[in-house]
Amino acid sequence: MTADVRGLVIVALALGQAVLLAVLAPYVLGLTRAVRARLEGRAGGRLGQPWRDLRKLLRKGPTSPADASLVFVAAPPVLMATSIVVAGAAPFVATASVAGRADLIVVVGLLLLGTVALALAGLDTGTAFGGMGASREMTIAALVEPTLLLSVFALSVRVGSTDLATIVSAGATDPASVFTPASALAAAALAIATLAEGGRIPVDNPSTHLELTMVHEAMVLEYSGRDLALVEWASSLRLTILLGLLANLFVPWGVATALTPIGVLIGAAVFVVKVGLLAVALAVGEVFTAKLRLFRVPELLAGSFALALLAVLAAAVLG
Amino acid sequence: MTRSDWLEQAINLACGLLLLTAVGALWRREVSALIPILSVQGIALTAIAALLASEHPAGAEAVVVAVLVGALKVVVIPLLLRRVHRLVPGARETRPLVNVASSLLAAAGLSLLAYAAAGPLIDASPSPTARATPVGLALVLIGFFVAATRQRAVSQIVGLLLVDNGIAATAFLATDGVPLIVELGVSADLVLAVLVLQVLTARMVRTFGDGDLDDLRELHD
Repeated sequence: MTADVRGLVIVALALGQAVLLAVLAPYVLGLTRAVRARLEGRAGGRLGQPWRDLRKLLRKGPTSPADASLVFVAAPPVLMATSIVVAGAAPFVATASVAGRADLIVVVGLLLLGTVALALAGLDTGTAFGGMGASREMTIAALVEPTLLLSVFALSVRVGSTDLATIVSAGATDPASVFTPASALAAAALAIATLAEGGRIPVDNPSTHLELTMVHEAMVLEYSGRDLALVEWASSLRLTILLGLLANLFVPWGVATALTPIGVLIGAAVFVVKVGLLAVALAVGEVFTAKLRLFRVPELLAGSFALALLAVLAAAVLG
Repeated sequence: MTRSDWLEQAINLACGLLLLTAVGALWRREVSALIPILSVQGIALTAIAALLASEHPAGAEAVVVAVLVGALKVVVIPLLLRRVHRLVPGARETRPLVNVASSLLAAAGLSLLAYAAAGPLIDASPSPTARATPVGLALVLIGFFVAATRQRAVSQIVGLLLVDNGIAATAFLATDGVPLIVELGVSADLVLAVLVLQVLTARMVRTFGDGDLDDLRELHD
């Protein structure tokens, strides 16, 4: 492959990966809802129901509150754009295509940018619920983002790089290095951070609009039509991204380390299966756990932060 | 994988488990949850002792020490603690001096401190497992923290037991194992401490109907 062709392939792969995740994300949400409904003895919606909701919302025009400024209008595109960039740049399907571009700190920073944009939008409208949701979201984000960083640092100690693609391909080529106490601790920490960042039980309940408990729902209360569709789509995309990172960092097998067509196809298929399995596990877990009281949430998150720090320590000490 | 690789992996796993259970002891408020956590920690410690004993040149004494540690930490002490727990069933840390979120962050800081402090120890020690000594030191510090910030008699003794587990882990990892006579002495002390706690809790329950050490602030006739 000449340099030009290789560059084109890499761009095409990144775009393809972003499209794959964007299409997959609502189905992941649909899968968790369907599994949950089945386990609770309800009929529930189909897998594609979130997509139908999105299509319906996308056809409707948005309305803005009278006092809303540019911050309110800009938040959904910013949230969606940051999520799409991460979806294209992080090593989900292939590692060779994104090597050197998907630094951990950039990825976490982009995710945080989306969170902050939404929290600012919640504050911008000046409603009681928006402000409450934004303040809760920031409380959670202050503990979750360091945990995200630290838990992946535990893996990068072994590899000697914070490039996600390098970490994933090192894990894929040397399976023994994945099963260490450090990575077990880091996996637990990252799983809790994923639950918090994705707004799932036990941190936030995605299926209620109860003012005592809601976090994400409180911030997006004022959105409607296209804007609401973007926000909901981006949230499901973020959940998919986090589940995908969890899957590829700790179960890296199947990801394409070389740029062959077959390898990339297998990588995509394996990725879809892994995310699907994680989504089912998430839904099953949610059936059996109750939401934590809001004041207990920082305990859980501080615990996950401590686990992540211990993971880094264990990686440095025990190797 | 060679045998020594396998051994090192197993010891690392046990050390990871020690850290995890130490954090777990800080995380959970219910006394009923602390006892299984302590048992698991005992199992991890016994595993370390047994794994090192299998490598030890003079094996017999090390094996006896491992068996002794196992019997004490996995069977006897959880049993005694469960008897104390039965005096005040449903006991939980309702108001620790430092709240759970902050104490978890403090535990993270203490672990970093242990890591920084253990550097010279690692350099000085000849044994290859000495790299894991910060885990033992972290356990000691977290144990002191639990003992200092908790209100219930049972939780405080759990903190002391964490300290003891940490000292034992450090001794196993940094040196060539503990002489039998030292281990016997430590074990006897430990059992005595837990027994004293049991008597204390029983008397407190009879007097106050609760096992909260804060009730012992004032003198009475």
